[in-house]
Amino acid sequence: MSREEIRRQVLAALAEVAPEVDPAMLVEDRPLRAQVDIDSYDILRFLVKLHERLGVDIPERDYGAIDTPARLVDYLVERTPRSGGAG
Amino acid sequence: MPSLGADMVAGTLVEWLVTVGQPVTRGQIIAEVETEKGVVEVEVFETGAIEELLVVPGTKVPVGTPLARIKTEGGPAGALAAPSEAKPAPAAPPVAAAAPEPAAPAGRQRVSPLARKRAEDLGIGLDRVVGTGPAGAVTVADVERSAAPGVRSQAMRRAIGAAMSRSKREIPHYYLATDIDVTPLSDWLAARNASRPVTDRMLVAAPLLKGVALALSKHPSLNGTFVDGQFRQGPAVHLGVAISLRGGGLMAPALHDAATKPVDTLMTELTDLINRVRAGSVRSSELADPTVTVTSLGETGVPTVFGIIFPPQVALIGLGRIVARPWVVDGALISRQILTATLSADHRVTDGHEGARFLTTLDRLLQEPERL
Repeated sequence: MSREEIRRQVLAALAEVAPEVDPAMLVEDRPLRAQVDIDSYDILRFLVKLHERLGVDIPERDYGAIDTPARLVDYLVERTPRSGGAG
Repeated sequence: MPSLGADMVAGTLVEWLVTVGQPVTRGQIIAEVETEKGVVEVEVFETGAIEELLVVPGTKVPVGTPLARIKTEGGPAGALAAPSEAKPAPAAPPVAAAAPEPAAPAGRQRVSPLARKRAEDLGIGLDRVVGTGPAGAVTVADVERSAAPGVRSQAMRRAIGAAMSRSKREIPHYYLATDIDVTPLSDWLAARNASRPVTDRMLVAAPLLKGVALALSKHPSLNGTFVDGQFRQGPAVHLGVAISLRGGGLMAPALHDAATKPVDTLMTELTDLINRVRAGSVRSSELADPTVTVTSLGETGVPTVFGIIFPPQVALIGLGRIVARPWVVDGALISRQILTATLSADHRVTDGHEGARFLTTLDRLLQEPERL
């Protein structure tokens, strides 16, 4: 899956949890929680949605590494199984 | 008309979701009722068939008024939501407004008359409302769900204002706070979650709610209602959980029997409750009987919250954000995870002495998370 596709999936998962968020307003390198009004329950739901969409289960110990949209996408790109080709 | 909170005196029947003759099963949602807290789905308590609908949509009736008659298998028809009321005249004809509407042509949207009126009032185009009623009909709740957050929150603000004004007017609050070292709880939770998939992960709210419920069961004078000049102890700890809504406002439906349920069960039920409250489908049984309320600010809020008691309850427990703080253990200064727990309680029922004992019990219980 391409980086662009993963980013699209992240925004789609976020829209399910926080429908009022305008993806165009998100700053890539600013913590998500500083930009979006989501509580710990919403975060958990967001992670479950990401797991459903991408098959990546993010453990609690990695929460610090996925605080901004850019870092979250980087993290997922590294761990998402590549589709197509020989992979 | 079911009581959706001990302070509720009347409600407006918004819409029937069933028609005369239709079979219903216990727990099925058969009507929508509007209260100060918003539109609530009413569940039926019997299995049988709707024999008669007694209240016309749009009518405001006192709590205890029979809404419908249900014929149970092998038994006589019972009046819904009015176990102690006299049965209405059996000769009353079925309510005209509840008669089945003619089938709409395929592709045309079915909209109940009240939903249409509500949509007009709110200035909402029906073409962007998704119907969830019988045969996909648009109901009032559907319309309200699609209302702009601003419009929806106006009614919610009024309801919160009314309840909180009454509380401040009538309830002599006293307030206590204590800092609790929850490092053992945080460690226990991290260890538990490390070995589980994200779908089975527990939030700290679940063990905290269990601790509060257990502590309340040991201090029952904080768990109950104050009605007609008298304290009535709750039959169990039905923990009202304050849940904020997107776009403003909040609701505090009950997690029933919270003191006796395993933490995992509480987590599952809490998740379900938050989902449904935010989707606008809270059930009548959940608003009816909280005996106490907890407000928890979670991981993003501030460290301390002093709540206002939700009448006619007599206590509210506030849980702030857990923060790392300097803490003295055995004469040494170290960093620990600290939770500030507060109690707002009704001085007509308890004194600060009992309140302090409750917070001390809560502290003690949270030191042994594996026993919660």
